[in-house]
Amino acid sequence: MSTGRRRLRRAAGQLASVAITLLGLLVLTFFIGRMMPADPVRAIVGEDATPETYDMVHAQLGLDRPLWAQFLRYMGDVLTGNFGQSIRTGQPVIQDILHVMPATIELATFAIVIGAGLGIPLGVLAAVNRDRWIDHAVRVFSLFGHSMPIFWTGMIGLLVFYAWLGWVGGSGRMDYFYIGMVPGRTGFLLIDSLLAGRWEVFRSAVNHLILPAALLGYSASAYITRMTRSFMLDQLNQEYMTTARVKGLSRGQTIWRHAFGNIRVQLVTIVALSYGALLEGAVLIETVFAWPGFGQYLTNNLVIGDMNAVMTCVLIVGVIFILLNLLSDVLYRLFDPRTK
Amino acid sequence: MTDIASSPARLPGWLSALRNILAYLLRSPTSAFGLAVIAVLVLTAALAPWIATHDPFAQNLDNVLQPPGSGHLFGTDELGRDIFSRLVYGARITLRIIFLVSVVVGPIGLIVGATAGYVGGWMDAVLMRVTDIFLAFPSLILSLAFVAALGPSLGNAIIAIALTSWPPIARLARAETMTFRKADYIAAARLQGASPLRIILKSIIPMCLPSVVIRLTLNMATVILTAAGLGFLGLGAQPPEPEWGAMIATGRRYMIDSWWLVACPGVAILCVSLAFNLLGDGLRDALDPRQMNRR
Repeated sequence: MSTGRRRLRRAAGQLASVAITLLGLLVLTFFIGRMMPADPVRAIVGEDATPETYDMVHAQLGLDRPLWAQFLRYMGDVLTGNFGQSIRTGQPVIQDILHVMPATIELATFAIVIGAGLGIPLGVLAAVNRDRWIDHAVRVFSLFGHSMPIFWTGMIGLLVFYAWLGWVGGSGRMDYFYIGMVPGRTGFLLIDSLLAGRWEVFRSAVNHLILPAALLGYSASAYITRMTRSFMLDQLNQEYMTTARVKGLSRGQTIWRHAFGNIRVQLVTIVALSYGALLEGAVLIETVFAWPGFGQYLTNNLVIGDMNAVMTCVLIVGVIFILLNLLSDVLYRLFDPRTK
Repeated sequence: MTDIASSPARLPGWLSALRNILAYLLRSPTSAFGLAVIAVLVLTAALAPWIATHDPFAQNLDNVLQPPGSGHLFGTDELGRDIFSRLVYGARITLRIIFLVSVVVGPIGLIVGATAGYVGGWMDAVLMRVTDIFLAFPSLILSLAFVAALGPSLGNAIIAIALTSWPPIARLARAETMTFRKADYIAAARLQGASPLRIILKSIIPMCLPSVVIRLTLNMATVILTAAGLGFLGLGAQPPEPEWGAMIATGRRYMIDSWWLVACPGVAILCVSLAFNLLGDGLRDALDPRQMNRR
């Protein structure tokens, strides 16, 4: 009873802190939106509107009211899901974003699978061989992934693997020829092409996905490798490892069953956080690969100065980040026996 | 007499610590590489007019897109400008960015973190909440938003990067402060009547410095990559500035036939950011063996 209540109170406290962070997020995006040099009224009425029209739209947008009233209105809009219209398409911004989101999720999910599949074994390998050449090699390899400008690696990758070697598809999500052949039921091209039974589209999509996902995954693996190594070292240095060896377990058994078993929970939280960080790389890599996802949407709208769209994108990234943080916290609580 | 004796005695103490750190760093090949690259970067920036073989802004339309060699070490770009000389002058921009960002971010992070950690209570709650809000964005996305609002330019890119990179420093300084807030020497200072401000400035911030310096060094790699990313998206340095990210962006159109337009600035960015990562990694081992496996 009392533990239940304590847990409830802790959950309430956490919810309150998330709510405050979200409110702060809104304040931040609101003020960034107000700082912008572009005049939102001009963007709507055009250059040669009469002063009367200008004033009318100015009042319609609520720009003549005090700042706090504008903020309350903005908050009300956001809470009711009204993020304004896109200048370019004339549609609600949120609808455009939901439309491009599956492409990014597809890319980021593949990338995180590659990143974790690369980073976790390398981290364990480095920890087990601490201070030997394998450890140093892994460290340099992962720092390399962490240091490369991903937009540049993307371009070099396209040049080498697409233009010169022809091993992978070029930019975009599929070959030009296949665009529009598969009905977009879910927005996830791999799923849609399978649902439609079009193997050639599926293969083309995989061909196009593999390079950007591998590069994103490599850059994400740097952090995963480093954290895995550090978690593993913490475990390997503890006395129960020696006890297990003395009891007659093999080295492999102690490493994988005992040490690795104990860090699984921590790894889940790290991978969840890395997934959020992938969004950053996605903005750049999507620009290079003409990937019609969230990142390209953001940069395209930056170029034409559609602040409604840009600020909504920024807000969404912030919310995704906060939710992932919360998720990793909850996962940690649920699965870690010590926090019970 | 005592003045003369004490002042040279103090200076070598500080200097010998620095020499010890340097000696430690040079023993590991990776951090030695990092140090070497950074030394080359600083020298290049300082001596740019003597190192550059051509005027970085001089166009020569009869001599565009020349491959490396033939009088131009790294070839020429789409306007016939010498890429090597542009890279050399670009080193100045890179150094300016990391210097300005560090000078702004270090003190802000230290003061916010140390204050939150030492004063505690509602001050801690408020400051850390603000920090969390800034941490809720990946740094590139938030910088993008700030630059979009301020208008694209190198100066605004620097402001935007600084605005987004102080929170991790503040977090770190707070964590450090918490560990020795209850230490005896702090209590002694308080009993002697030192004000909180004096304690924070004189007793707490010096203790946080080593880990903050490590973090700043590691941050520089991120700063360089973010700045290059902003330059690539056209939101940082504007043409004809020879900023490396912007050079990649303009070279992109000619990439298939003239790979050197993109390859050379990219290698420069990669080398410098790798160097700072390796150096930060080495510093972490040198300054604080306790933290070797942490953070």
